[in-house]
Amino acid sequence: MSVKKVYDKQPDTFEFTKENLVLAENILNKYPKERKKSAVMPLLYLAQNQNDNWIPLAALKYIGKFLSMPYINVYEIATFYSMYNLSPVGKYFVQVCTTTPCLLRGANEIVKACQKKISKNENTISENGMCSWTEVECLGACVNAPMMQVNRDYYEDLSKNNIEKILDSFMQDDPIKPGSFRNRKNSAPENNKINGNGINNA
Amino acid sequence: MLKQEDRIFKNLYNDLGSSLNDSFKRDDWSNTKELISKGKEWIINEVKLSELRGRGGAGFPTGVKWSFAPKKVGSRPHYLIINADESEPGTCKDRDIMRFEPQKLIEGCLITAYAVNAHKCYIYIRGEYTKEGEYLQKAIDEAYEKNLIGKNACNSGWDLDIYIHYGAGAYICGEETALLESLEGNKGQPRLKPPFPALVGLYGCPTIVNNVETIAVVPTILRRGAKWFASLGRPKNTGTKIFCISGNVNKPCNVEEEMGISLKDLIEKHAGGVIGGWENLQAVIPGGSSMPLIPKASCDTLKMDFDSLVAEKSGLGTAGVIVINKDQDILKCMARIARFYKHESCGQCTPCREGSGWMWRILERAAKGEATHKDIDLLSDVTKQIEGHTICAFGEGSAWPVQGLLRHFRKEIDKRCYSEPIIKKRKNIPYLVDQHLLEK
Repeated sequence: MSVKKVYDKQPDTFEFTKENLVLAENILNKYPKERKKSAVMPLLYLAQNQNDNWIPLAALKYIGKFLSMPYINVYEIATFYSMYNLSPVGKYFVQVCTTTPCLLRGANEIVKACQKKISKNENTISENGMCSWTEVECLGACVNAPMMQVNRDYYEDLSKNNIEKILDSFMQDDPIKPGSFRNRKNSAPENNKINGNGINNA
Repeated sequence: MLKQEDRIFKNLYNDLGSSLNDSFKRDDWSNTKELISKGKEWIINEVKLSELRGRGGAGFPTGVKWSFAPKKVGSRPHYLIINADESEPGTCKDRDIMRFEPQKLIEGCLITAYAVNAHKCYIYIRGEYTKEGEYLQKAIDEAYEKNLIGKNACNSGWDLDIYIHYGAGAYICGEETALLESLEGNKGQPRLKPPFPALVGLYGCPTIVNNVETIAVVPTILRRGAKWFASLGRPKNTGTKIFCISGNVNKPCNVEEEMGISLKDLIEKHAGGVIGGWENLQAVIPGGSSMPLIPKASCDTLKMDFDSLVAEKSGLGTAGVIVINKDQDILKCMARIARFYKHESCGQCTPCREGSGWMWRILERAAKGEATHKDIDLLSDVTKQIEGHTICAFGEGSAWPVQGLLRHFRKEIDKRCYSEPIIKKRKNIPYLVDQHLLEK
């Protein structure tokens, strides 16, 4: 259960844009007609994408009406799941994995760099408004530890030598290419030998 | 070592390309229609004979699970759900299947859906894997285009629609009934079992929930025969498995290996050895963070399969091997795992909601050297009070790692603890304690 802070400056209204209304209809088609409620999670994502990566309360009410479900149920879901942001985040939202596999390989260095480069505290937007960071639980790229997720991209095999440069690129609004920072091929072992078949063999 | 030709996921590292045409070269979809034409009974029986066990953690025999689905479709439709909510710390195998071997998964979906009478299949992907979901969606679109799925899929006469549904960062949604709740648009809080999802699942309809890896190996098993699959590993622990080796090793990696490979081979041959050499090994968590750790002494001869690890009072789980060497503070590592469970508890059952916090706080205190011996006894007691007193297996998943730590590292923990409460040491501070009770 994550602690959620609802932003104090809320917009009065929210509506899906025309493009998003089309997407919302497509989402509804995935589920049986009488089970519209199933679409609540994808619709919350849609609202979050439309609104600079956070969801205002007006959007929760709007989605509740859209799916004919009580507002409280939508609110419940938006607060239960950790990926719905109920207050603004930076343009680049840095999520650092600090669970044990990443911790073993130095995730605390990544956290320190975030504190130094972005903001002293978690979930605080940097002074130039570009970034905010947070510690998250396992992101499921444990063999590429330590790693972090920035918006949708995974930045893997980080180290204290390159993390500051990477964070700088976000602060300057010129994001560096995601992927492995040790020139590894996906989840293959480093310096993997290639056998006769041209297939990497661990 | 697994032979190259016995490898199921030949494109685990994306050396061969993941598009549909590349997949055709790896025999995907080569005779799907023929396999389906052999009938539901044959498919389920063949999977039973192969002794395939679920790859998601619990290791339940897959063929048996499928046979629980009603044989005839009644008033309610059947559903197939693929569990791609891969959140167990130390595990990242499904991610690679979705990225680089999506057609194996999609073909597996078709065959399984046919075997369990489902026309709709939902793939529940964890929210963080947006990119992986996009790869998979692209692969699904390609398959629709070639009519491999959709109406009359592969000319087999079976209709199948596959949809992707994203989670949103809740570990508990990897539990099958919590996943169903989440898919229905509720909070991801597990349901009481029975009834099991095979009879009453999604929207109250019969539902089969399987892990990505389980479904993705099915087409290859049917194609090469149950006997071939059963010949790998040992009885009841057959086939191949993707191991994720992370932590203090020189070359962390994912690798597909035969079930029952020795842990030492896995670490030394595939992952470049422990940092600082094998002697520098402190402990290994063999199956994702919910499984109790195993100390170095037992690691030397350890075989990685379901039953051997149960004999060591641990489990294969998802085969996410987390290696911890002697440079690490084991207490801090386990305290971090306890924090993970505290964060991820869904809050439904009191023993888990409160107990996970208790475990975390005591472990944090112990790691700082501020706990007493009695605290550690209390910790042990708390783990027992959680275990078996919750709706889902999360209770065990959070309590077992701590129990494993206490079982194997009690001496080290005790060395760092006070024997008496701090309060007794300050016996000259009169207002802190009733001094006369302490005086002899």
